[in-house]
Amino acid sequence: MTSTIPAVTPKPTRPSDLQDERLLNRSGVRGVIAGFIDRVRSGDLGVLPVVIGLVVIWTVMQLLNRGFLSAANLVNLLMESSATGIIALGIVGVLLVAQIDLSVGSVSGLSSAILGILFVTSGVNVWIAVILAMLTGTLIGFVYGQIFNRLGVPSFVITLAGLLSFLGLQLFVLKGQGTINLPFDSPLVWFAQLAFVPAWLSYVFVLLAAGTFFAVGFAKARSRKAAGLSTAPLQLIGIQSVTLAVGLGIVTWYLNVARGIGWMFMLFVALVLVMHYMLTRTKWGRSVYAVGGNVEAARRAGINVRWVYTSVFMACSTLAAVGGILAASRLAAVSQSSGGGDVNLNAIAAAVIGGTSLFGGRGTAFAALLGIIVIMSISSGLTLLNLDSSFRFMVTGLVLLLAVALDSVSRRSRTSHGRA
Amino acid sequence: MSQVITEPQGVRTNILSLRGVSKNFGAVAALTDIHLDVAAGEVVAIVGDNGAGKSTLVKILSGVHLPDAGTITFEDKDVTIPDPTSALDLGIATVFQDLALCDNLNVIDNLFLGRELRPHRLDEVAMETRSWELLRQLSAKIPSVRVPIASLSGGQRQTVAIARSLLGNPKVIILDEPTAALGVAQTAEVLNLVERLRERGLGVIMISHNMADVQAVADRVVVLRLGRNNGEFNVGEVTPEEMIAAITGATDNAVTRRTANIDLRARAELSGDPALNSAASDSASQGSATNEGTRS
Ligand SMILES: Nc1ncnc2c1ncn2[C@@H]1O[C@H](COP(=O)(O)OP(=O)(O)O)[C@@H](O)[C@H]1O
Ligand SMILES: [Mg+2]
Repeated sequence: MTSTIPAVTPKPTRPSDLQDERLLNRSGVRGVIAGFIDRVRSGDLGVLPVVIGLVVIWTVMQLLNRGFLSAANLVNLLMESSATGIIALGIVGVLLVAQIDLSVGSVSGLSSAILGILFVTSGVNVWIAVILAMLTGTLIGFVYGQIFNRLGVPSFVITLAGLLSFLGLQLFVLKGQGTINLPFDSPLVWFAQLAFVPAWLSYVFVLLAAGTFFAVGFAKARSRKAAGLSTAPLQLIGIQSVTLAVGLGIVTWYLNVARGIGWMFMLFVALVLVMHYMLTRTKWGRSVYAVGGNVEAARRAGINVRWVYTSVFMACSTLAAVGGILAASRLAAVSQSSGGGDVNLNAIAAAVIGGTSLFGGRGTAFAALLGIIVIMSISSGLTLLNLDSSFRFMVTGLVLLLAVALDSVSRRSRTSHGRA
Repeated sequence: MSQVITEPQGVRTNILSLRGVSKNFGAVAALTDIHLDVAAGEVVAIVGDNGAGKSTLVKILSGVHLPDAGTITFEDKDVTIPDPTSALDLGIATVFQDLALCDNLNVIDNLFLGRELRPHRLDEVAMETRSWELLRQLSAKIPSVRVPIASLSGGQRQTVAIARSLLGNPKVIILDEPTAALGVAQTAEVLNLVERLRERGLGVIMISHNMADVQAVADRVVVLRLGRNNGEFNVGEVTPEEMIAAITGATDNAVTRRTANIDLRARAELSGDPALNSAASDSASQGSATNEGTRS
């Protein structure tokens, strides 16, 4: 706590939400920074740890291998992150309601198998095949939700059963097929391997992002001011927007040195933004956080808790199916090992490393983005060093443990600072 | 036990009536054959010892538990209250003893939980403005509505919970021990608030251990004991010791009243419970004839 500011010249025009005399009179850009430091001290870490972690990992990897931060490698890293990142996005939602889905790997594999069978083997229209594969995921999530709500089986058991069953179903669907190759001239493979945002368009996106950020901040400030509430200083919104534009601009320029930004990664970012909007700006999102924070309170507030669980499971399985389709498209192949290996654990680890609390009710959609970039950075860096997957598993495991430990410690700190 | 059951003055129609309501938890009969009437513009206090079934009754009315038997009539219609939403839809709002707030959400989010404005693009400005209005109406001392509930004091949380129940313009409001965690000034505020609710024509059910609070605002007192009705009084016609006798189950005469007092004081000293203590000393200092503490 900084010193209390003495009550100098009581401004008659104090905004109606800042009239309590105990509030420290913090205003302007410095006030915002001081508030941020207070929050971090009291254990409300947000995305800070993962950003620091990312800087450390990138520095170490770059020191070990000059090629790590090359434009080509980063372009590739983002492409590799997209499919699993989309799966992790669904996991974030499930973790927010304090549940878990251990079957996302199997569901992604099953959906890619269905895609392969329908599109390649049976010659169904590619988009119909994609939609049916996605709907399979939605249906699986719906079933999870029903079992969870009606029978009260813990979600980790339901989804563990799902992990096995859908792996079995995938093997059954692909029986006797070996590997199904997706044709190289199909829109799916093009999208996942060759479709890059043209350089000029990427800068348009950067300006659009910064412009939208400013417009939203400005509109919010104006309507708050009209209602007599405190507002973020305009200069701060301006500084943030310019920083955003410059930061994204530099990243975009650097990626454009190589092939640029893949459309598949843009899809991932778009889904993150949609999820962010849903979680922070809709009634559904509030219900998700409420259920994760205190189910009983949510139920008594009249929230349809069952629907919240079901919708979150459905979103997660659907996103897992989308991730499976994209992963298959990137490989241009579907096989019995699609969705196997470390897909499952990477997706769950990404959500947790990105700062989603395992205890529920805390985390953001950006956790999936940041978390998967951490995991893929480790993976890419160690591959560049010619270290095999044994090291990758061990290092990723350690980082995951670190993230969970940090979650637990900051939770304890929040409790003692009354921010639990 | 002489039960002083008097119909409420005038011919007020009951907004909420319970007849023969029972609830068992396994082998425990938490409530047996309960009847209760609440009229619009009336404050009914429910008193009873710990474990008497007060909270269970609240939960039945708020849709948390279904009764095993009995009928509930709301505005002359037989109703069932299978879930909290139906209670809210009927117009029964509840402030639970455990407050039922989400610690990870801020004050605004908690106030509007379940009935956010503009579901698909939350109107945060309107919600914040309305939150401040409500909290100022209750003279709430909350420095910021953007902090998580976890960082508020017990009294501040209580105020948030009460403010939330008022948001949906209910017809009946149930307060489960609303003043138990509050300081002197905030208790007075809550009692003022209860009176304002009555003036607005709401039916208020207030559960309390504090005889002074009950005598200050209630019109009628319903006593529960071991899950059964154990007396019903008009506040103007009852002394604290009569209420305490009904609560504890002691027979109503001067001697047992005195032992009940001594008993209570001993228990209060043992448990350090200020409600019992003040009840005991109230009745001791006032003697048995006066009706001090009734609403002026
Ligand atoms: N969910 C429950 N399961 C089992 N027993 C319960 C439950 N809720 C209350 N009871 C029992 O019902 C009785 C009445 O409890 P309660 O209504 O909380 O009393 P009060 O609020 O008057 O102190 C107690 O014996 C309590 O143990
Ligand atoms: Mg109780």
